[in-house]
Parts: sequence; C-alpha cells; structure tokens
Amino acid sequence: MELLIALVIGVMTTAGVYLTLRARTFPVVLGLTLLAYAVNVFLFTMGRLTIGQPAVIDAAAAGYGDPLPQALVLTAIVIAFGMTAFLIVLALKARGELGNDHVDGLHLAPDEVPYEKPEQIKPSQQTQVTETTMNSQSNQEVKP
Amino acid sequence: MSLLAFNLPIVALLPFAGAALAAWASKINRVASAWTAAAITILALAFLAPSMHLPFQGETLVQSWAWMPAIGLDFAFRLDGLALLFALLILVIGLLIIIYARYYLSNKDSMGRFYAYMMMFMGSMLGIVLSENLIQLVVFWELTSLSSFLLISYWQHRKDARHGARMALAITGAGGLALLGGVLILGNIVGSYNLTDVLAAGDMIRAHELYVPILVLILLGVFTKSAQFPFHFWLPHAMAAPTPVSAYLHSATMVKAGIFLLARFFPALSGTPEWMWLVGGAGLITFMIGAYTALFKHDLKGLLAYSTISHLGLITLLFGFGTQLAAVAALFHIINHATFKASLFMVAGIIDHETGSRDMRKLSGLMKYMPHTAILAMVAAAAMAGVPLLNGFLSKEMFFEQAVFAAETNAWAWLLPVLVTIAAIFSVAYSLRFIHDVFFGGEPKDLPKTPHEPPRFMKIPVDLLVVICLAVGIIPMFTVAPILAVAAAGTLQGVPPEYSLSIWHGFNLPLMMSILALILGVGVYFIRHKLFAIHAKLFERLDARVVYHAILNNTLAFALKITRGFDKGSLQNAAVWIIGASVIAGAIGFMSSSASLFGSREMLPVDPVTLVAAVALMIATVMTVVWHAQRLVSLITLGVIGLVIALGFVKFSAPDLALTQLSVEIVTIVLLLLALYFLPQKTPKEIGRFRIGRDAVIALLSGIGATLLTLAVLTRDFAPISEYFLENSVPGGGGTNVVNVILVDFRGIDTLGEIVVLALAGLGIYAMLQGMKLPAPNKDIYGRFWDTDNHPVIMQTLTRLLLPLMLLVAVFIFLRGHNLPGGGFIAGLIAAVAIIVQYLSNGIAWTGERLKTDMHWVIGFGLLIGTGTGIVSMMIGFPFLTSSFTYITWPVVGKFEVASAIAFDIGVFLVVVGATVLSLVQLGRLSNASHAPHQNSIPAKKQEAK
Repeated sequence: MELLIALVIGVMTTAGVYLTLRARTFPVVLGLTLLAYAVNVFLFTMGRLTIGQPAVIDAAAAGYGDPLPQALVLTAIVIAFGMTAFLIVLALKARGELGNDHVDGLHLAPDEVPYEKPEQIKPSQQTQVTETTMNSQSNQEVKP
Repeated sequence: MSLLAFNLPIVALLPFAGAALAAWASKINRVASAWTAAAITILALAFLAPSMHLPFQGETLVQSWAWMPAIGLDFAFRLDGLALLFALLILVIGLLIIIYARYYLSNKDSMGRFYAYMMMFMGSMLGIVLSENLIQLVVFWELTSLSSFLLISYWQHRKDARHGARMALAITGAGGLALLGGVLILGNIVGSYNLTDVLAAGDMIRAHELYVPILVLILLGVFTKSAQFPFHFWLPHAMAAPTPVSAYLHSATMVKAGIFLLARFFPALSGTPEWMWLVGGAGLITFMIGAYTALFKHDLKGLLAYSTISHLGLITLLFGFGTQLAAVAALFHIINHATFKASLFMVAGIIDHETGSRDMRKLSGLMKYMPHTAILAMVAAAAMAGVPLLNGFLSKEMFFEQAVFAAETNAWAWLLPVLVTIAAIFSVAYSLRFIHDVFFGGEPKDLPKTPHEPPRFMKIPVDLLVVICLAVGIIPMFTVAPILAVAAAGTLQGVPPEYSLSIWHGFNLPLMMSILALILGVGVYFIRHKLFAIHAKLFERLDARVVYHAILNNTLAFALKITRGFDKGSLQNAAVWIIGASVIAGAIGFMSSSASLFGSREMLPVDPVTLVAAVALMIATVMTVVWHAQRLVSLITLGVIGLVIALGFVKFSAPDLALTQLSVEIVTIVLLLLALYFLPQKTPKEIGRFRIGRDAVIALLSGIGATLLTLAVLTRDFAPISEYFLENSVPGGGGTNVVNVILVDFRGIDTLGEIVVLALAGLGIYAMLQGMKLPAPNKDIYGRFWDTDNHPVIMQTLTRLLLPLMLLVAVFIFLRGHNLPGGGFIAGLIAAVAIIVQYLSNGIAWTGERLKTDMHWVIGFGLLIGTGTGIVSMMIGFPFLTSSFTYITWPVVGKFEVASAIAFDIGVFLVVVGATVLSLVQLGRLSNASHAPHQNSIPAKKQEAK
C-alpha cells in the first residue's frame, strides 16, 4: 500500500513539475494545483497510513491516525485553494495587461506554433446567433 | 503615574501622529495643516518642559520599556544636557520654520504633504537625540534619511529635486548601514546597547581590539550624515528642496545628527590618535574645501550649502582635537551655527520668493527694496563671518584658541593655525559676498519680479533668530551660558572644564587671527573676479559627484550583469533554475546518506478497491498532462484527481480532510471554469524538442525523488508528538475531534495566520479584478456559440430549494466540528458553495439583490472575531488564544459543550465564506463587465418574450 501511495505522489509530482514548466499560464496553474495535491498527500502520509482509525476520541477506538499532519494538511488544502485562486486571477490580469497568456508575455514564443483548429463538429449548431455569458443576466429576462 | 515616567517617548512620537493629522487637516483648509504642525510642535515642547530642569540638576532622565530583550533592543529614552540642547534646537527652530513655510509655499504646493513630511522628519530627529538604546537610535537615524528623502524631493516634478533626494538617500543610507554595523559591534563588546552603559565603558572600548573597526563604521555614519569630506557632495544637491526644508535640514537638524553622534560618543570613543586623525583630518579638509568653494557659488543657496559644509567641518575638527575644551567650543558653535544659518537660509528664501532669482550675478541693490530683510541678513552674515559682538565671533575665537593650543602637539601641527586662518579668510569673503552682491551695487537688472518686503510673518522667525545671534554675542553669560553648561556636562558625562564666555580675552593670538581673517577676507572679496577666473580654469571640473555617479553606475552595471546571468527575463527559465536546483539538492541529500534507502517497517496490504482508485488517479494525472492543450478536458481530469484524493483521505482515517478536499475541489473547479472563459481557448503547440525533453527529465527526476522520499519515510517507524494532542484533546480542549481541536485550540495562532492569508488572497483577487475588462469569446473552440439559456429554470428551481438545506448542512457540520469531523473550514466551504451555486444559477444581479451583505465585511468580522477571542484571553491574563470551555444543558438538545474556541471557529468560518465568495463573485462580475458593450442577446430575448 505504501508503495502505491508513493507512486501516486511521484506521478502527481512529475505531472505537476512538467506542467509548471510550461509556457502558458493555464497549464502552469494546473501544474501548481497538481503539485499542491502531491505535497498535501505527502505531508499527510508523514503520519503513516492507518485505515479506519479516525482521530476522534472514543473509548471503543483501537487506535488513532496521527491528527497533527491532518490538521496541517487541512489548512494547507484551503491555502492551496487561495493560492490557486490568486494565481489564476493573476493570469487573467496578465492576459488583460499583455494581451496574451504566455508567462513571459510573448504572443508566440520561438518554439511554438499556433494551435490547429479542430474540425468543426456540427455545423448545424451555428444557427444560434446570440452570445451569452455564464452568469451575467438575471433570470427575469428568461421568463416567458 | 508621574508624567516624568513616560513623557520622552511622547515627545519623540507625537510628531509622527502629527504628520497624519497635518496631512488630514489639509483637507479642511490649506493653512490648517500649518497650524496643526505648529500646535503639535508646541505640544511636544510642553511635554518636554516638565523634565527640562532635570539636566540642570545634574540628573539624567531615562525611561525604558522592554521591547525585544533577546536582541538587546529596549524602547528606551534618555534626557541629559546634550539631548536637551538638541531637542530644543529641533523644536524651536522647527516651529519658526513651520511659521515661515506657511508663507513661503505657493498655492500650487501641497501644504498637507509638506507638513506631514516635516513632522515625520522632526519626530525622527527627536528620536535620535532622545534615544537611550543604540539600536533604537539607528532606527530613528534611518527614519531621518527616509523623511529627508521625501522632503528634498518635495517638488517631485523637478528632476534636480529627485536626483538630489536620491543622492542624499544613497549616501546617508549607506552611512546608516555602516553605523548599524558599528553600533552592533559596540553593543556586543560592551554587553549592552544602552547608552548609559556604553558611555561608562569608554576605557574598555578604546582598549578593545575591535576599537578601530567600530570607530571607522560609526564615523562613516557620521561623515555621510554631516556631509564631511569625501561625502560632502550630496549636500549642495539637496538644495533642490524648498528653502524652508534647507533651512531646517542644514541648520539645526539632518546634518547636525552626525555632529550629535560625535558628541554623543565623545566620552566613549575619543582621546585616541585614530580618533584625532580621522575626525580631525576629515573636519579640517571639509572646513577648507567648504570655505573655499562657497565663495565661487553664484547661487545664494549654493553658497550657503558650502558654507554649511565648511562650518560642519569646523565643528568636526573641534571634536577631533579630542580635548574637553574643544568639545565645549564645538557645542557652542553648534548653537551659533544653527541660529545664523537658519536665518540666512530663510533670508535666501525671502529673496528668492520676492525677486524670483537666487543668482548673485543678477541680484544687486536690494537694500533699497527690502531694508528690513537686508539688516537681518547683514547681522546673520556677520555672525557667520565671525565679526565681534555676534555669536559666531565667540565660538570662532574658542576655535582659534583650540587650534593654537593643538599647534604645540607635534612638529607639523604649526600648520594648523595657518590653515584654519586661511579657511576663515574665505568665510569672511563669502559672507561679504552674500551681503554685498545682493544688497548693494546699484539697481538690479532683469529680475523676474519687482522686489519688495515679504509678508510680516516670514520675517518674524528671522527677527527672532537674529536677536538671539546678537544677545548671545553681546551678553553670552546671561543667555547661552546655562544651556551650554548642561550640554557640555551631558556630552562629557562629567563636570565640564573651566572656560570663559567673555567677549574680551585680551590681545592674544586668537584675536590676531580673527582680525587677520577679517582684513584679508575683505581683500579676497575685492579680488574675487580674478579668483573666479583662476577657479574656473583649475577646479571647475573637479566634482565629487562625478566619482559618485561613476561608482553608482558601475555598481548598478555589475549587479545587472550578475542578475542577467541567471535571469533572462523569463519565468520559464527561472522556474527551471529553481526546480532544477531543488532536484540537485535532493539528489545530494540522497547520495550523502549512508543509511539504507528503505526501512523495515511492515507495509499494509493492497486491497483491490484502493488499487483501482490509485490507478485511476494516475491515469487521470497522465491525461491531464497529455490533454493540457485542450483546457476544458484537462480541467475535468483534474477534478477526477481531486475527488480520488478525497476518497483516499476517507480510506486512510482522515474524514476532516476528505470533507475539506471535496468542498475545495468544487470551488476550485468552478473558479477555474470561470477563469478559463477569459483565457485564450487555445494553447499553441510546442515544437522546441530540447525544452520539452529537458522539462520531462527534470519532472521525472522530481517524481522519482518524491516517490523514493515518501517510501523512505513510510518504511520507517517514528515517534509522533501527537500523543500529547490525543491525550489532552478532551481534558484540555473540550472536544473529541482532535484535528479540529488542534486547529482552533492547540495551534490556534497558526490557524489565525492561515485565515489571514486566505483573507488577503480574497482581497487581492478583488483588487486585481476591480475595473478590469477582458475580451470574452462568443464561441467555443469548435466555433459553436454559447447556449442562450443562461440560467436554466430547472437548475434555478432546484438550487433555490437546495440553499436552505445546504446552509443547514453547513451549520450542522460547523456545530459538530469540535467533536466529530467538521468545523469552521469545512462549514465555511459548504456555505460558500451554497451561495456560489445561487450566483451561478440565478445570476449576479438576482442574487446580489437578495444577498446584500458585502463580503469585505464578512472577512473583516471573521478576522476580528478570530483575533478578538485571542485578545479576550490575553485580557484575562492567559496567553493569546487560550481557550476555555464548559458544558451546559439545553432543553431538548441536552448536554452541550460551549468552548471559546467555537467563537474562534466562527471567525474561521466567516473568513472562508467571505474570501471564497468574494473571489468567485468578483470573477463572475468580470464577465458582466466584459460583455457590457455588446449585449445583443438581451434585445433578442425581449422580443421573444413579447
């Protein structure tokens, strides 16, 4: 079991580092999120793996998992969320200021080629002519 | 408590409060800030007054509070004769300058800013002179550098002002660093940073092997601040400041701070050959260079600047003599210089103000237009030249006497009286030039303004100072003698030697030198035009500023070269360096350990369900990388990873973590989805094989390292420190859920820090998105338009029904948190999800109308409650954030535990809700803002509705 968990951490770290080193902001945010997962799980396992023994005091309990790493990781998860949120908004800000999403502010780096458009799936869907946002208008307008 | 127990810190800190007040007062009315500043200064004087008699009684008042005892830093203030003299100079001359500046500043200048800076500077100066603790003194010393930077660059639109300010900051800031070093060594060898101990340990310090480094470092601080050679060149450039600033900084304060430090450390450091050569040498050179250069400056303020440098050199030279009498003479000259130089600067300001020019080649014959000012200028300039019956004469006589006395010390010292007489000749000449060029010599030509007398209150401060010059010069025994005596006693930390302040000492060598200087000085003035020509040929190009700029530019270029060597201006590059370095560091760690990689702890067996989940997670991770160019898809796989991790937490006995991970996962994905909308939908394809390969190798090595490290740890046994928490959770914290008790009780202060971070992240996101507009695509990557149905009715109906249920769950999770999995973090996330779902399904406008609470307030209240519970426990005498609990029995519910930690948990809850909702809603608003110009969907729908 320990080997399995160590492998999981390793795979997440590899993926996280690789994505963190990419040039566009979105993969970087994904990469850092993955790294945060890896770090959280790593910290959590420092209390060793225990199955079915939550750290809730109970006279009938046979033993307890280590509560200290759990408490640390709990806040770490929330902080990681705060960091991810901040990062992604920073990415948006950079996009707004620089006009692109390259981490160095380049429109197209020397080692990149423009993304090829995938084939359009169903031309029939083009009939809709309006654009909307995810959550911009209030619902009054939709009411019949 | 008597006022004498705490008045000194008030004197020093009051101006800082005054700075804020003056800045605020300028909103009411321009003049209000001047009055505020004056009132604060008078108030500071009033606070100083009750303790003024103590130095006269030979007592030193020390007021001290422990601050950081571990590093020897006390919050300690001291009032002895020296401190009193300087405090009075700072406050009284400061008051006069405040009155003067109110008339000097034009309508275009911001009064509030001026007086705020002025007050900050005054407070920093008072802090220096009143400090008992040396580290605290250095702190105030740095504050004077900073606030003088603000003052010198007051006219920010002027390039010379910005340059002058930067130069002053660079020089005095570097000196301050050296001073800090000197003070740290000094305090270390004395064993105390308190002046009382340091001053008493003079013999020990002088005998110590580190004496010379200490002396050099402290003198670097002194010389840079007091514009001593070779650091004198910043002072003339600081003349770009408004004249009241120059009058204050270069008469009684800023440059006198260095001199003050010489006087302060006089008992501890003086009396050695090193002291004599370094201090005396720098003083003599500065004295001569300043006097000589002043004559050749055509700008009134330039002349005064070099004259200031020269007089500072004179004072430094006196301290350099190292005798007690010389120190008394130095103190006397400090007082005299402050009075006549402040008045001369103010006169220069008046002339500039009323004629529009400070160029002595243009100015002339102003006697006719401003006789009152002219008389003031003449008296002050005569005092500067050392004319009998004025204060400058008395201290100059004492100075000559010391020079003559020192001449007998060694074979070459006979040069000393000669050199100082030459410098004195030049100071007579430039003083004469200041008067004769400006006020006499025929009608002025092409002045920008017709000259006339200034407003009355611009002259009154000068009047007062000139009266002091006269009074001290004519009846020294009845005016300056008492304060000089206590200042001398404070400087020498003992009984001052016998000295005579009388005007007539008989016909002796010093008097001869004075007369010689006066006669030859007049002579030099009359051949000045020839000297100007010679000077222009020889020395015009000789400028220390050139050296300064060369050093500065070379340092910057060198730093830039090193930085550029590592940082190519690319984040990708920097990230490779960082991660690559940590991989190497990790590898070295593995290599250097001789222990076997894995321990012998028995592993748990693998069960099929976990295996499937783990494999799913790994596949999802790999897919995230493979599909990262298709952003939406990679987000889905990321969600899978998060969910499997939550399941893992369930499996491995961490229900709290599972709940947290689950709710965070939802919020994160929603957030990334919202953001994704504004990022380019396409990731360009990478073709750089080298970069991909290199990154893959680094990533793989990191992964292998992480795996090995985890295995190395997990295969070993360990002795956890968690036993304490498990044992004390119920008796100490009153809760059975140990994780929650740790969070809100045992490690409460960590949690407080973490919610502060979260709050800052939320506020930072809000600030960044404020007013931002981004291009929003109207089609997806396949060219399809978005769905028109923003808020599907089924989803609306369902989420509205769900809201109370979700909030109920949040409350339930919150309340049970102390005893069963749950708590503020998780409840906060659930409540946040409940609210966000409303925004998502019903739109911001609809939800905003119904939920009017501003999330800023929620965050604020959360932090307030969190900190408040800590402070309450402090107030009743326990350490910060100590919790207490009791059990009460409620009807129906039964026995229920109430812990103060619950209040803290409410704080956590509020911050989590506030920060999360604030970020997401602000992001949602962005889409409204970005769509505002082309809302073609709305008319279409309205038509439909009809």
